Amino acid sequence: MMARNLFIPITLGLVIAFLIGPFLIIVAASFSAGETLAFPPQGFSLRWIAKVFTVESFRDSFFMSLFLAIGGTLAALILGIPASYALSRYKLPGAETIRTIVSAPIIVPGIIVGLSLLRYIVVPFQVGITLALFLAHTALILPYAVRVVSASLGNLRSDIEEAAVLLGSSRLGAFFRVVLPNIRGGIMSAFILGFVTSFNQVPVSLFLSGPGVRTLPVDMIAYMEIVFDPSVAALSALLAFMSIGIVFIAERFLGFSRYV
Amino acid sequence: MSDQNFLTLENLTLAYGDTVAVKDLNLTIGKGELVAFLGPSGCGKTTTMRAIAGLLSPASGHVKLDGVDITRVSANKRNVGLMFQSYALFPHLSVYENVAFGLRLKKTPAAELDKRVRAGITSVGLTDYADRKPAELSGGQQQRVALARSMVMEPKVLLLDEPLSNLDARLRLDMRSELQRVQKETGVTMIFVTHDQGEALSLADRIVVMKRGAIEQIGSPEDIYNRPTSAFVADFVGFENIFELSDGRLKTPKGLVEISGPVPIAAGLAWRPRMVTLGSGPFQGAVRGASFAGNSREYLLDTPLGPIKAEVDAALPSHELGAELAFDLPVAAAAQLRKFG
Repeated sequence: MMARNLFIPITLGLVIAFLIGPFLIIVAASFSAGETLAFPPQGFSLRWIAKVFTVESFRDSFFMSLFLAIGGTLAALILGIPASYALSRYKLPGAETIRTIVSAPIIVPGIIVGLSLLRYIVVPFQVGITLALFLAHTALILPYAVRVVSASLGNLRSDIEEAAVLLGSSRLGAFFRVVLPNIRGGIMSAFILGFVTSFNQVPVSLFLSGPGVRTLPVDMIAYMEIVFDPSVAALSALLAFMSIGIVFIAERFLGFSRYV
Repeated sequence: MSDQNFLTLENLTLAYGDTVAVKDLNLTIGKGELVAFLGPSGCGKTTTMRAIAGLLSPASGHVKLDGVDITRVSANKRNVGLMFQSYALFPHLSVYENVAFGLRLKKTPAAELDKRVRAGITSVGLTDYADRKPAELSGGQQQRVALARSMVMEPKVLLLDEPLSNLDARLRLDMRSELQRVQKETGVTMIFVTHDQGEALSLADRIVVMKRGAIEQIGSPEDIYNRPTSAFVADFVGFENIFELSDGRLKTPKGLVEISGPVPIAAGLAWRPRMVTLGSGPFQGAVRGASFAGNSREYLLDTPLGPIKAEVDAALPSHELGAELAFDLPVAAAAQLRKFG
């Protein structure tokens, strides 16, 4: 009986430890005063956190990641909103096939996506590194955009558009006047999900990064291969807090979890 | 154009892809009439209504409103209102903004817009709810917002899709009188779609009964209720004993049966259970089922004519299951059907 009572709390404890543990270790390591990345941390200092801001490649790759996350997400939404609308409102021939193709980047392993983009698009067509990254990130975010926006459209009755038309609005006007305002929450959620997905993306970016152009996670891996100091831990901790902050704000103001 | 043919549908054929939903329909509706399209689901009543609204363009035929052929006029320029079954209120807008939506699109001057919107909201008794969102209102209140939103546009025709079916019994009475009030005050031509004969009978000036994409019968509520002209309509309004006539005799599962009295020239005859005379008459039947319905008692009889349903005053002595009873189907009382099947 005793063993049974302990089984659930112990399992729960282990799950939490595996989920949160690495994060706590990273956060602790980033406050280390020592010279190498180690746990338990040796002493306490903020020097590695301060150092993050002085490494030039971190700064460049951070802005590249930011550009890809925001630009890629916006592009995915511009493609994804009309696609979701068409998929949910019209009985398109092959709608299921289109849905599957659109979600493919989630299902196919990132390494394969990266390699195929490199082998069949970037190399033969001489696509620039930044453009290649931008296209890849847009494609990776698109499934999330379509899925979240579709869910939000699914909750919205379609007859309100007809009601708007009968009150004098054009079809297109009805989309902007009564559809868009009602799926705003879904669009914001898709934006945040896309942003976080893109920002944390490694495998695809790894293949497409080139001289002088890297995303932040790729740059962090490259950095660690040369320097093994706690600044990478400090940067990871900062990024983790940034993501948590974004999701917290999103949940607070938009009810993020309703759409994901 | 006169007021008698304010809205006309001419040879209207409507289709969804290859499926023809309404075939060669002709109908004339007068100004200020309150017409019901009545029929079971799939009869084409909603499709016809959508074509009048302009949400569906006809495969062939014409829709004319107030002397103008509007067949090719798009839905947003017809000035036809539609109250949706689900109300279709805009969830992100307040009651006030829902009602103001159409007037804003028409660029109505601010002062006039405010006046008309407030009058519209007041007329449906929602003055205190102007700032609420639709989700904060009850179903009945939402429907009244939908009504105000359509009426504030002063439509030439107001279409209503199953206006009473989502409401409970009490609200149904409220809405019925609300619609009658609106119609009386504004004189707007109203067409409503329903599958409920009670709704159609109680609300409409004229009923158009539809079946499989065609009009089966048009008439006043009294006509439809008392003088159905086809077996379909008779069945729909509660004539449960329906027989086809052949050479002046009733066609039954067991062959032709003579019936007393002068038999009219008709395709068939129909009797409500209440019209069946029980206790005397030329026919015999055995009671197979009996049920008590407050004021009356209903019997199901096994007879040589097939099953017969009869309804008698509950004050009369009741009959046991299995009892043999004499009954009559009085020809004089029967509805004469011109069309059978």
